[in-house]
Amino acid sequence: MRNSFVGAAVERREDLRFLRGRGEYVDDLAPRGLLHAVILRSAVAHGRLRAIDFSAALEIPGVHAVITAKDMPGGPPIIPMRLQPLPDFKPYEQPVIAADKVRYVGEPVAVVLADSPAIAEDALEAITVDIEALPAVTTRAAATKGDSLLFGPNSGNVALTFRAACGDAAAAFERAPYRRRESFRTQRHFGLTMEPRGLLAEWDAARGILRVFGAAKVLFFNRRILAKQIGLPEDAIDMVENDVGGGFGARGEFYPEDFLIPFAARHIGRPVKWIEDRRENLMAMNHAREAEAEIEIACARDGTILGLRGHTYTDMGAYMRTNGAVGSRNVAQFMSGPYRIPNIDVDVTLFMTNKTPVGTYRGPGRFETDFFRERLFDMVAKDLGIDRVDFRRRNLVAESEMPYAIATINPFESKDQFDSGDYQITLDRCLTEFGWDEKSKLQGRLIDGRYHGIALGCFIEGGAAGPKESARLALNGDGSVTVYMGSSAVGQGVETVFAQIAADALEIPMDRIREVLHGSTAHVSDGYGAYHSRSVVMGGSALLDAAEKFRSAIRIAAANRLGCDAAAVKLGEETVSGPDGRSLKLAELAGISAEGAFLNKKHTYTYGAHAAHVTVDPKTGRVQVIDYVAVEDVGRIINPKTLKGQVIGSLVQGLGGAFMEHLVYDDQGQLLTGSLMDYLLPTASDFPNLRSVTLEMKPSPINPLGAKGAGEGGIIAAGGVMANAVANALGSLGVEPRELPLSPPRVWALVNAAK
Amino acid sequence: MTTRFDVNGKPVEVTVEPRMTLADCLRHVLRLTGTHVGCEHGVCGACTVLVDGAAVRSCLMLAVQADGRQVTTVEGLSNDDDLTPLQKSFRKHHALQCGFCTPGMITTAHALLTEEPDCDADRVREVLSGNICRCTGYISIVEAVLDARSAYRKPGGGAA
Repeated sequence: MRNSFVGAAVERREDLRFLRGRGEYVDDLAPRGLLHAVILRSAVAHGRLRAIDFSAALEIPGVHAVITAKDMPGGPPIIPMRLQPLPDFKPYEQPVIAADKVRYVGEPVAVVLADSPAIAEDALEAITVDIEALPAVTTRAAATKGDSLLFGPNSGNVALTFRAACGDAAAAFERAPYRRRESFRTQRHFGLTMEPRGLLAEWDAARGILRVFGAAKVLFFNRRILAKQIGLPEDAIDMVENDVGGGFGARGEFYPEDFLIPFAARHIGRPVKWIEDRRENLMAMNHAREAEAEIEIACARDGTILGLRGHTYTDMGAYMRTNGAVGSRNVAQFMSGPYRIPNIDVDVTLFMTNKTPVGTYRGPGRFETDFFRERLFDMVAKDLGIDRVDFRRRNLVAESEMPYAIATINPFESKDQFDSGDYQITLDRCLTEFGWDEKSKLQGRLIDGRYHGIALGCFIEGGAAGPKESARLALNGDGSVTVYMGSSAVGQGVETVFAQIAADALEIPMDRIREVLHGSTAHVSDGYGAYHSRSVVMGGSALLDAAEKFRSAIRIAAANRLGCDAAAVKLGEETVSGPDGRSLKLAELAGISAEGAFLNKKHTYTYGAHAAHVTVDPKTGRVQVIDYVAVEDVGRIINPKTLKGQVIGSLVQGLGGAFMEHLVYDDQGQLLTGSLMDYLLPTASDFPNLRSVTLEMKPSPINPLGAKGAGEGGIIAAGGVMANAVANALGSLGVEPRELPLSPPRVWALVNAAK
Repeated sequence: MTTRFDVNGKPVEVTVEPRMTLADCLRHVLRLTGTHVGCEHGVCGACTVLVDGAAVRSCLMLAVQADGRQVTTVEGLSNDDDLTPLQKSFRKHHALQCGFCTPGMITTAHALLTEEPDCDADRVREVLSGNICRCTGYISIVEAVLDARSAYRKPGGGAA
């Protein structure tokens, strides 16, 4: 493998279409005969669905059909879990449409098909839904009390408790000279994408082929679910990935609409398109992050951590969705972060409420648990009179301990270990870049009416989920190469980074890579998509395997033509030659194709440290980020430009979670933040002072690239670092934030409560 | 209703329902799908187009209100041969990822730089704060806009 493009800040291929308005997102498609779907959603959080009268809707000119659960023989299909599909979760999985009960505001009740979205929306107004309201469960207390059961008498409101354990926590706590117990909470928010979800389905009755556009993230898996639900063989379904306006974990999972829209197309025999509006998006896309912790730490007097134990709780909303358990699992399993904690006993209880179901959001569970841990660490360091940097340094896992086994999760999964790293390196680099010693002088000072605070935190970021990824290379008639990937694009720039990897692996210029096609089920035999920061590691490694097979196939074909041994064939950029000097143009071998794969069940662990400087205005509660430095070691950098984009982009999302983003419900289960006027997102003027440093110090030993997943590092540490910075700024007042977001009213209230 | 206006320098005549937004008309009637719709309530800025040179939320304007006006979309700020200096700057600074907010960023930045080619970073941030990007964290977008200022300056100073 050459190293001409990997590591270079190559400008993106994708940009040429996006910048000129030539991207093709699902709502840009308009096949002939198209009908538009609009979904009637429950306005009641919890209730018995008694009747739906849509006769008046059918009278409206331009309305073609109204679909309800009654149109599905045998009842609406249930959406299975993709990750951690434990039997315990079965009773809580979501039907594609409400049949007899509604369990959250936003749950699909009926689908209207009409000539235009406007007519379909008119029709919604003409549908009468009779729901007998039941008491809404909106808090952990109400869920565990169980007076109102979401799933009837046979299933309680608690779906499951996971337990993360290692060592002997009880014994460690018994002999510990120092302990501290604390409670923390993170708020419900989510991976809002700028492009709302959307799907377009076409049923080709003559050929028996169903084509679904707008599919994203995990297309092969979703095809498996849909094939079963709709009663078609998998190869009769084409899932097509269009340009995707952001993923962040939330987009591309199998949602109710992923059945309803293909079903509608087949039902009516015409193409059907559904485009989510923003209000729907806020109540229908996976929510995330609502977690509470009651945890206790045990330490020696010198600050060595002896143990961590306690209980955490995650609000799952109304159903267990495809990846709903991931964040909960991570809250427990990764509470120890990059630190050596020999004795752990932390459980996480997944409880159901009448709110939108949850799924993953970038850094799932890790953002929450890093906030809990890093907040606790600052309190402990203060108690013990140890410098907060020294406290962390003392407890970071050492390079000599790699691979380092972390707490095991029960039931179901999973042993896991850190692959490689020297966690002190990123901490040191972060302190130096940030100017920690100099800025420490400002700690807690009141200057011009604002308190200054600085803080730091260390983190790890899991990547490279298995089990497999596929890649295929094909030689075109002009001698150029087309790359086909099982990985999918969610905006992260995979076309560019895969072109870089392919060009180096094939030892050809990048412009000989004609296209990188990805995601869609037609491209490769099997694909696993884009989640858990896996694309570069899994897809990139599969691409190396495909390249080796491709080059070998070219050698064999050329050897036949040149009458020599395959091993003697020399591959050039545009020609191949034999030992006698005779040569062929690559174009003459057009049609050669080779598929490769990478199988791996181990995870990569990017690691790093963040440091920040904030000011807090005690009169308004407003926090300003004066400086923020994020340092991480990703093992190997494919494209420093796109990597920096991942770090800064995810960091700003994390700051949104730390300060702004909050999905608020009232006690009736009504979503109060149903627009972008209410659900606040960071804008260009909020966080101008962010810096990132990415290193490639310790390559991952578990893949041929040495790369580690790197899409989530910016977001994971942000909540904890910001809360500690605010605590340190307001240290003289004794303020200790225990809850996010640190919105101006909350910070103002903390200041005033302390006075 | 029938309404006539110019889009990207060419006259168009469309017959639309009075309630149709300019965004929907551009996208679904005129098939100019570069203009994106992200919220339909005027917050996200993805649908920003230029109307008589001013940056406007096309989701908050009805198609019939465009009657007699000059509408410019991202397609009108692009050409086939090459990226424009503003687009090149976005590419150079990696000021886009998923591309969904990008047309609104380009139209907004174009309107700003046309009026104020000497604007500073704070002004760029202020103006772009009406356009939400979920991928980049904005820093690269601000850098891209600042770096494109020279292309909008007239020789001898002032706006081109």
